[in-house]
Amino acid sequence: MNEVLSVSDLIVKYGNVEAIHGISLTIDQSELITICGANGAGKSTLLKTIAGLIRPAAGTIQFLDQDIAGKKPEDVHKLGVALVPEAREIFPSLTVAENLRVGVFGQYHAKQYAEDLEDMFTLFPILKTRYQQAGGLLSGGEQQMLAIARGLVSRPQLLMLDEPTLGLSPTYVDQIFDLITHLKQRKITILLVEQNANRAIEISDRAYLIKNGSVEFNGNADEMQSKIDLESIYLGG
Amino acid sequence: MNFNIILEFSINTLALGSLYALISLGLVFVFGIMQLVNFAYGEYIMFSGYLLYFLGVFTNLPWFLVFAISILGGAIIGFLSELVAFRPFRGRSLEALFVSSFAVSLILQNTAVLSVSPRSKAVDLPAIFNEAVQFGEITIPIRNLLTIAVTIILLVGLLVLMKKTPLGIAMRAASENFPAARLMGVPANLVISIAFIISGFLAGVVAIFWSARSGAVEPMMGQGPLLVGFIAVVIGGMYSLTGSVLGGFAYAVLANLLSMFLPNELLSFRDAFMFVIVITFLVIRPQGLIKGTYTEERVG
Repeated sequence: MNEVLSVSDLIVKYGNVEAIHGISLTIDQSELITICGANGAGKSTLLKTIAGLIRPAAGTIQFLDQDIAGKKPEDVHKLGVALVPEAREIFPSLTVAENLRVGVFGQYHAKQYAEDLEDMFTLFPILKTRYQQAGGLLSGGEQQMLAIARGLVSRPQLLMLDEPTLGLSPTYVDQIFDLITHLKQRKITILLVEQNANRAIEISDRAYLIKNGSVEFNGNADEMQSKIDLESIYLGG
Repeated sequence: MNFNIILEFSINTLALGSLYALISLGLVFVFGIMQLVNFAYGEYIMFSGYLLYFLGVFTNLPWFLVFAISILGGAIIGFLSELVAFRPFRGRSLEALFVSSFAVSLILQNTAVLSVSPRSKAVDLPAIFNEAVQFGEITIPIRNLLTIAVTIILLVGLLVLMKKTPLGIAMRAASENFPAARLMGVPANLVISIAFIISGFLAGVVAIFWSARSGAVEPMMGQGPLLVGFIAVVIGGMYSLTGSVLGGFAYAVLANLLSMFLPNELLSFRDAFMFVIVITFLVIRPQGLIKGTYTEERVG
């Protein structure tokens, strides 16, 4: 299998406080990997560091054939990494159309974009209905769909989803999990951070359990499931 | 009060409001993206004003070229000051940027004092700027009509740029949520440079009409418009381009109404009355006329 992402001995600090103490992980082509762990374990920090929002103190982040550690977020995005951030962070005063258009800034190809838009409308029919409305008027679940679509239109080599079901109603949570399963069938490489650990692990190829900024355990879904007691200690669930 | 006075007042207020709207737009373009109140903005206006002066006095270039070069000069000084004085400190602290903007302001002011003169210099503007037209019983300076026309053209142009072009859409995205826009591939350097170029461009246009009002340029000439812009932006809402335009017009209406209705002996305290009104307004509505959609940077 081709390795898409390989993080080695990553150390991230906020000022003098070390948030991540030497995490290593790998993702192969078309894999779906879940990262779980308690609040404050460093999951979001890890994704933000890969995406270039935070500069790591040490370690390497090998993406395809280059080290992207410390690169700017716009450059990391250009290379094919799309982060759908925690809390969605869509642009509220921009229309749905404009939000999506920002997703392909600097890599716009009219024909390809038209195809991708059609594709997004099939995946998320609500975006077609609301195409000319301001993003801020969408419900939480709809905003999450917009955020994911905004990530997908750039045709990323690696899609990172940070807590996509956070704060959503059960119906939307189901829809998001269905969607992730669907994206996996499309062979999209996905790195998923999810509170809903059991459900996420169920659809994943492998999972990493992070505790206090270090990898506590990693393995395939079955191995992870058998460690579920261990996990419940950390996740309280 | 008869109809003519109202009409004359309206047109002149509209002209002043247009000028103030351009001033505050120039400030907000940079503020929206960087959360930086750029104190050097007044000096972009001053710089363009001096270009007008030099080109008018020492060359025989046709007027449209003199104006074009001055405006372009404003855009260039905006672009360069960002490159030299702001980019190196970006991402460290807002305070550093703030201090740097004071430094740019002082350096440009003192350059004008030392290399030209501390005293004001008369600018040689085309005669049309000092002529007036007669509509029935009312007299309107042509300068005012020009200000209104140019402002309308610029506002429409900027509206098209911000609403219809990918770059404008990206800039609006960046001013709402800068890190998220970068995550979508919008280059930070590009949108910030463009914001400074637009800011400097507007300063260049403002310079023409501001120096036309006084007929002269001087090293401190940027301080007046900076203060106007700052207050207008606070009234209108710091996070909204529309708000800054409205703030500019609101400021002009307030200033002209006070000038008109204050008794003569209080007229010299006009600004004090203004500030009382502005402060009262901000106590009632601290977010300004238009709230805007800037979201706080998330921690965690």
